[in-house]
Amino acid sequence: MTYPLLRVEDLTIGFPYGTVVHGVSFDVHPGETMALVGESGCGKSITAFALMRLLPPGARIQGGHVIFDGVDLAAAAPHALRDIRGRSLSLILQEPMTSLNPVLPIGMQIAEVMRRHEGIGKAAARRRSVELLELVGVTDADRRYDDFPHHFSGGMRQRVMIAMAVACKPRLLIADEPTTALDVTIQAQVLELLDDLRRQLGMAVLLITHDLGVVAQWADRVTVMYAGRVVEQAPVRPFFATPQHPYARGLLDASVGHDGEAHYTTRRLNEIPGSIASAAGEAGCPFAPRCPDRIAACRRAPPVLTALGPDHNVACIVAAGTDHVAVDR
Amino acid sequence: MSLLTVENLHTRYVSRGRTVTAVDGVSLTVAGGETVGLVGESGCGKSTLGKTILRLVDPAEGSIRIAGEEIATLRQAALAPFRRRMQMVFQDPYGSLNPRQTVATLLETPLKVHGIGGRAERRAQVLDMLARVGLPGDAAERYPHEFSGGQRQRIGIARALVLKPQLVICDEPVSALDLSIQAQILNLLVGLKRDLGLSYLFISHDLSVVRYFADRVMVMYLGRIVESADHVTLWRNPQHPYSRALLSAVPVADPTRARAPMTMRGELGSAPTTGCRFRSRCPVAIDRCSVEDPVLRDVGAQHRVACHRPG
Ligand SMILES: Nc1ncnc2c1ncn2[C@@H]1O[C@H](COP(=O)(O)OP(=O)(O)O)[C@@H](O)[C@H]1O
Ligand SMILES: Nc1ncnc2c1ncn2[C@@H]1O[C@H](COP(=O)(O)OP(=O)(O)O)[C@@H](O)[C@H]1O
Ligand SMILES: [Mg+2]
Ligand SMILES: [Mg+2]
Repeated sequence: MTYPLLRVEDLTIGFPYGTVVHGVSFDVHPGETMALVGESGCGKSITAFALMRLLPPGARIQGGHVIFDGVDLAAAAPHALRDIRGRSLSLILQEPMTSLNPVLPIGMQIAEVMRRHEGIGKAAARRRSVELLELVGVTDADRRYDDFPHHFSGGMRQRVMIAMAVACKPRLLIADEPTTALDVTIQAQVLELLDDLRRQLGMAVLLITHDLGVVAQWADRVTVMYAGRVVEQAPVRPFFATPQHPYARGLLDASVGHDGEAHYTTRRLNEIPGSIASAAGEAGCPFAPRCPDRIAACRRAPPVLTALGPDHNVACIVAAGTDHVAVDR
Repeated sequence: MSLLTVENLHTRYVSRGRTVTAVDGVSLTVAGGETVGLVGESGCGKSTLGKTILRLVDPAEGSIRIAGEEIATLRQAALAPFRRRMQMVFQDPYGSLNPRQTVATLLETPLKVHGIGGRAERRAQVLDMLARVGLPGDAAERYPHEFSGGQRQRIGIARALVLKPQLVICDEPVSALDLSIQAQILNLLVGLKRDLGLSYLFISHDLSVVRYFADRVMVMYLGRIVESADHVTLWRNPQHPYSRALLSAVPVADPTRARAPMTMRGELGSAPTTGCRFRSRCPVAIDRCSVEDPVLRDVGAQHRVACHRPG
């Protein structure tokens, strides 16, 4: 196995009011697409921001390591980070409007990224920006170079963001729900573009999503989070064939798309009872209050991520068969 | 007679001197007890169609009949009795719930407005509705912000149903909810339909949800219905190239299934003045498509398509 490009180890992130990401660990290998999934509020974005060291005010990395290309970003000095960010490591967000400057032409914004990181001249930066816009499928790129963000549709703005994010050929692109605000038709086009670029540029993609269809169709491996913790990670095939964590199983069962033929006249959907709010204040497994497989030992301590097979980990004492360990503790 | 009959409906917006025909000649029916799904990309006019049917937006032309009675031309004051019979559930329950009112007040207000019952009777109806949507009795004295997203959608549903309407227009009711909550709300809507004999016009951009939830499905493109069929037929045998592209764009939660190639390019633009409005994105367009606007025609039992080259 290749050495991971990114190794996140026991990452813990908190706000003054409390910890929101608890000891998260995962790897991203060169050239692969790793999906990070989970429902809203489970800590996906905060994790992504921590990898970039761009946490919102008040948030702090409380522990753990983010080893990118041999450097621990969690401990790196600001000047070292500036160099890595945007150059080897790039981030795109769900709503590109928030990361594009509304009063600057989009071409200039892309050119600016390249001039900053690659030190190339004005004319060269413009030429490369136009090429990039063409690469991401903006037609008539030379003319659109001078257009402002509001002249673009949501799908086109996301393409512009992608152009900017890949301008310096990053080794890892973090895409935080890049298509959640888009229609399925446009989503398919944007994901296809990301995947083409991944192959052409040999970059890895950390794809944050809450859509299991997107995971199945576009990712190599998946890490599932629940209430700030990793509950399962596996390559996509074994994950969809035999999900091990009760939450992962429940999600697949509950999704209407899973059994394509299901219709309300013939089958009730499986539900996961309750809501994620029940994880608050839970001393044991955060999913225990909603879990159909719960045993008494689950309420004692949060389960640790345990290897079930090659590259398949689960944080569930019942699924991992380690319930006796928890009982002994 | 259908519960709802819409004929040749048009709705226009004028903004900054430009006229947008958001609904451009739509005809549809919803029978008693039926669920009709409405799908299409954002901006194609789904919400406008729903709001026009409820007369929250005025139609420019066309007919809207509730159990045979024309409401398209009624003045707002004359609409009250029909408002009781048609209600709407919105995507964002929070945005549509007054944050300063308790759940009890939110639910009681429509009853008061329509002069229903005395104080005690209204209270009983409110509590009954809260129980039906699966909220605890003590929810009544709490405020919307004290609830999770899924519970807020239950409040939105309770408010829509408290007047015992016959037709409920659901505009993306589960789109903002997490997957684990979507199934809860869909099951709830199915149960309420059965218990209260409701009809739904169910608007969604999520085709897998519509596939599960609708009896009949209509596909909308730039203000028009381009295909309509029962749910089995639409998924087994879609005839419009737009329907086929929409269906194939849905990522299937099964990694052993190959991704369908995306044949449709570009984005929803504005309708051309001549010919088929889909032609600029259509993978099978021919010359005829740029001159002749295709009309909806029958291609099978209850299966209609507006395309010169269906199939
Ligand atoms: N700026 C912030 N201030 C305080 N809490 C925050 C902030 N951003 C996120 N959080 C909290 O951190 C947790 C994780 O949030 P986030 O990473 O955004 O979730 P996700 O991206 O999975 O939806 C949530 O409980 C959220 O309320
Ligand atoms: N209040 C409004 N004023 C002007 N244009 C509007 C208004 N609401 C919607 N539109 C336009 O009407 C069209 C249809 O919008 P909408 O009905 O919201 O579509 P959908 O619900 O399918 O996303 C779009 O072009 C939209 O920009
Ligand atoms: Mg997020
Ligand atoms: Mg809408």
